Amino acid sequence: MSDLRDKIQQTIESEPVVAFIKGTHEQAYCGNSARALDALRAVGASFTAVDVLPDPHIRQELSALSSWPTIPQVFVGGELVGGADIVQELAATGELEAKLNEKLGESWRRPGEERTQAVSEGSGFRLLPGSPG
Amino acid sequence: MLGWYLRGVSEQLKQLLRVAFPGARELAVVDRTGGGDHFHVTVVDPLFDGLSLVDQHRLVYTALDEPMRDGTIHELRITTRSQT
Repeated sequence: MSDLRDKIQQTIESEPVVAFIKGTHEQAYCGNSARALDALRAVGASFTAVDVLPDPHIRQELSALSSWPTIPQVFVGGELVGGADIVQELAATGELEAKLNEKLGESWRRPGEERTQAVSEGSGFRLLPGSPG
Repeated sequence: MLGWYLRGVSEQLKQLLRVAFPGARELAVVDRTGGGDHFHVTVVDPLFDGLSLVDQHRLVYTALDEPMRDGTIHELRITTRSQT
C-alpha cells in the first residue's frame, strides 16, 4: 500500500463530498470534470475538489482504489457515486440529493462552498525507491 | 477514406459490446465529434437490473478496456438502462 494511496483513501473517507477532477473548482480543464462539478452545484452541494493533474500517480492510485478507470470521480460519504454521466443523471432525477441526504443528513447543502485540496505533499520532493537520490 | 476508418472504429466498439452484452436489447455507439475518438455508447440490457449505475458503467468500461487503454477512445460517455 503506497503512501499516496493512503492519502487518497483518507481524503475519500474524511471529505463529505469529494470530486477528483482535472483542474480546480475555479478552473476545470476538462469538459467532463466541469459537468460533474456543475451537477453538484445544481443541487447546492458543498464539495472539495482534488486536482489529479499535478501527479499522474494520483490518478493511477485512485483508479486502483475505486475500480473506476476515468476522471472525474465523485465520492459522497466515502462511496463512489459515479463519473460525470452518472452524477449528471442523478442530479437530473433528484437521486443525487437523495444520496446526499442518505449519506450526510442535511449538512451538505451549502451552495457555493467549494475548495480545492492537494492530495500529495506540498513540496513534491520525494525520494523514490531505486532513484540515485 | 477517413469516413471508412471512423465507421470502422464505431463498428469495432459495437462488436466488443455485442460480445460483452449478448442479451442487450439496444446497443448504440455514437461518434460525438466526428473525430473518431469521442464516443457515446448506450447499452440497454436486462442484465443491469438491480445493479447500481456505478456497477453498470463498470461493465461497459470492462468491455471497452482495450480501446480505452490503447487510446482509441479518448473520451467515453455512457448511458445504461436495464430496459427500453
